[in-house]
Amino acid sequence: MSNYVINHLRELESEAIFVIREIAAQFENPVLLFSGGKDSILLTHLAKKAFYPAKIPFPLIHVDTGHNFPETIAFRDALVEKLGVQLIVGSVQEAIDTGRVREETGADASRNALQIVSLLDTLEAHKVDAAMGGARRDEEKARAKERFFSHRDEFGQWDPKNQRPELWNLFNGRKNYGEHFRVFPISNWTELDVWEYIKLENIDLPMLYFSHKRDCVVRDRVILANSEYIKLKPGEKVVNMTIRYRTCGDMPITGAVESEADNLTKIIEEIASTRATERGGRADDKRAETAMEDRKKQGYF
Amino acid sequence: MAYRYFATPKRKFIVADTPGHIQYTRNMVTGASTANLAIILIDARKGMLEQTHRHSFIASLLRIPHAIVCVNKMDLVDYSEDVYNKIVADFKAFASKLEINDIQFIPISALKGDNVVNKSEHMDWYQGSTMMYHLETVHISSDYNHIDCRFPIQSVIRPHTIDNQDFRGFAGRIDGGVFKPGDRVKTLPSGFVSTIKTIELNGEQIAEAFAPMSVTMTLQDEIDTSRGDMIVRENNVPEIGQDLEVLVTWMSSSPLQARTKVVIKHTTNECMAMVKELKYKVDINTLHRLQDIDTLGMNDIGRISLRTSKPLFYDVYKKNRQTGSLIIIDEQTNETIGAGMII
Ligand SMILES: Nc1nc2c(ncn2[C@@H]2O[C@H](COP(=O)(O)OP(=O)(O)O)[C@@H](O)[C@H]2O)c(=O)[nH]1
Ligand SMILES: [Mg+2]
Repeated sequence: MSNYVINHLRELESEAIFVIREIAAQFENPVLLFSGGKDSILLTHLAKKAFYPAKIPFPLIHVDTGHNFPETIAFRDALVEKLGVQLIVGSVQEAIDTGRVREETGADASRNALQIVSLLDTLEAHKVDAAMGGARRDEEKARAKERFFSHRDEFGQWDPKNQRPELWNLFNGRKNYGEHFRVFPISNWTELDVWEYIKLENIDLPMLYFSHKRDCVVRDRVILANSEYIKLKPGEKVVNMTIRYRTCGDMPITGAVESEADNLTKIIEEIASTRATERGGRADDKRAETAMEDRKKQGYF
Repeated sequence: MAYRYFATPKRKFIVADTPGHIQYTRNMVTGASTANLAIILIDARKGMLEQTHRHSFIASLLRIPHAIVCVNKMDLVDYSEDVYNKIVADFKAFASKLEINDIQFIPISALKGDNVVNKSEHMDWYQGSTMMYHLETVHISSDYNHIDCRFPIQSVIRPHTIDNQDFRGFAGRIDGGVFKPGDRVKTLPSGFVSTIKTIELNGEQIAEAFAPMSVTMTLQDEIDTSRGDMIVRENNVPEIGQDLEVLVTWMSSSPLQARTKVVIKHTTNECMAMVKELKYKVDINTLHRLQDIDTLGMNDIGRISLRTSKPLFYDVYKKNRQTGSLIIIDEQTNETIGAGMII
């Protein structure tokens, strides 16, 4: 006789699938925010498991900043094709072209703030009432207090003081007209859990996550991929380095780590022995101590 | 309340760090609702405080299966065995009024590390295990009910594709018992009896499903079943009814009064309910019951009677923390305003 325990990865999987199924049942127009990073790829995998043999019953939304890694876009399109799921793309470039938003200028220009506008526009255009994302509580301090079901007012804003208590496995997704929810099914996963599960389930990832050679620029100790989106400052030079990414945001702002880890086993070993949090390498979070909290209040993931 | 994560080679831990002050009772109740184990910290210099009573009462009320009482700051009382023994005796006297099945006492210094991960060099008189050893080895497999089969349906999966023309799967998370293909089961509320054809996830077959697994179940017969229904064993059904006695923690700044209409969420079910009566309020410091009350205020814990608009399938909380719990929602604001345990 078995002793009726499941290991922690299966318990996290089971919790996430329960939450994803609750979203599908409790909301009229849920979507999955697909960033192209490993967490949203994991989330998509869990959504597939939750409804199999039916297809994922909600669309994926990707906010394309126009600065994405080409590898991310190719991966996204192949995944959507394979799963037979609907993809909605919100375009930051389009918002710039139509004058909806104005592009930042200067060497450190980032499209992160613009992404919020495009995201909220896309959610509104599709009357989305629940947007699920792959954020985790262990990512950083601002998220440690986040709920699974995170309530947003009619302006898409997050009020940290006005969040609903979550007891047992009873999730309250009731809302008033115009309000919506962000839902985080993998809240309780750590970065190590994510990688161990990816290995356990043999989930495909873009090659960006694995060690490779790339032309880079080192700026404020952050290793950035050299690309057409980056303007070299005086004294900066392009160096060919052996790197991999721990997270995949926009090309001009996502920092890489020097690494020889070219397979999942090596990546897990590397993570188990480092303490730096993965977002530590993202230039936009360094702009302000409370960057994440500010962006969340405005409606960023 | 903040969540923190750590792992050792043996186990993964999620810590819900809750403040101890009375105004945070609802946070403590929230953290306790999903916990396997409570760590209750007592300052060795101060001994049992009102807040220790509160923590212990909440751990007992929410039926956290295990507790560690850490007598902390032992470095500030010269690692005194007498101080420790006195606090343990005081705690035991108080806890005899509670229902915590498994309590472990450990003298520690969180600051200096004594008995946290490594055995203290200052407390030879203590023969027990360290906090970390206990956390890594405490037996949690019986924290769920593995006897009474309960499977609330979240949704019905119908692919309508050529390959899966007739597939009709019930998606949900097991709340109790052990389900196997071939088992005779009954669906509630219809009462129809059938046999489990398959239990699966992502097309992979599962031989035995138990809490807290999320699965997809198919039955031999075509039975009309939807979200909110429950699959149970033919000869072991839960309580079915509309009149519930509930211990509630009130979480809203507007007090609860009798005759209030509210929304209830219980398993995957949702319905209206009327608060028929407020019976008593518990003084969580003394455990005394205050009768003849008119309201329950924020952070109060008390007993109420509810009448639901449709029958619910439930167990008493003592028997099953999932099928025995519910949340109360304000019909107007949609806020979660109460946490209830069925008695
Ligand atoms: N001397 C000593 N100080 C401690 C010990 N544990 C905690 N403290 C101190 O007690 C203070 C309060 O700790 P904190 O974790 O904020 O307590 P909380 O309010 O219960 O969350 C801090 O200054 C700690 O350094 C201990 O074992 N020995
Ligand atoms: Mg604290």
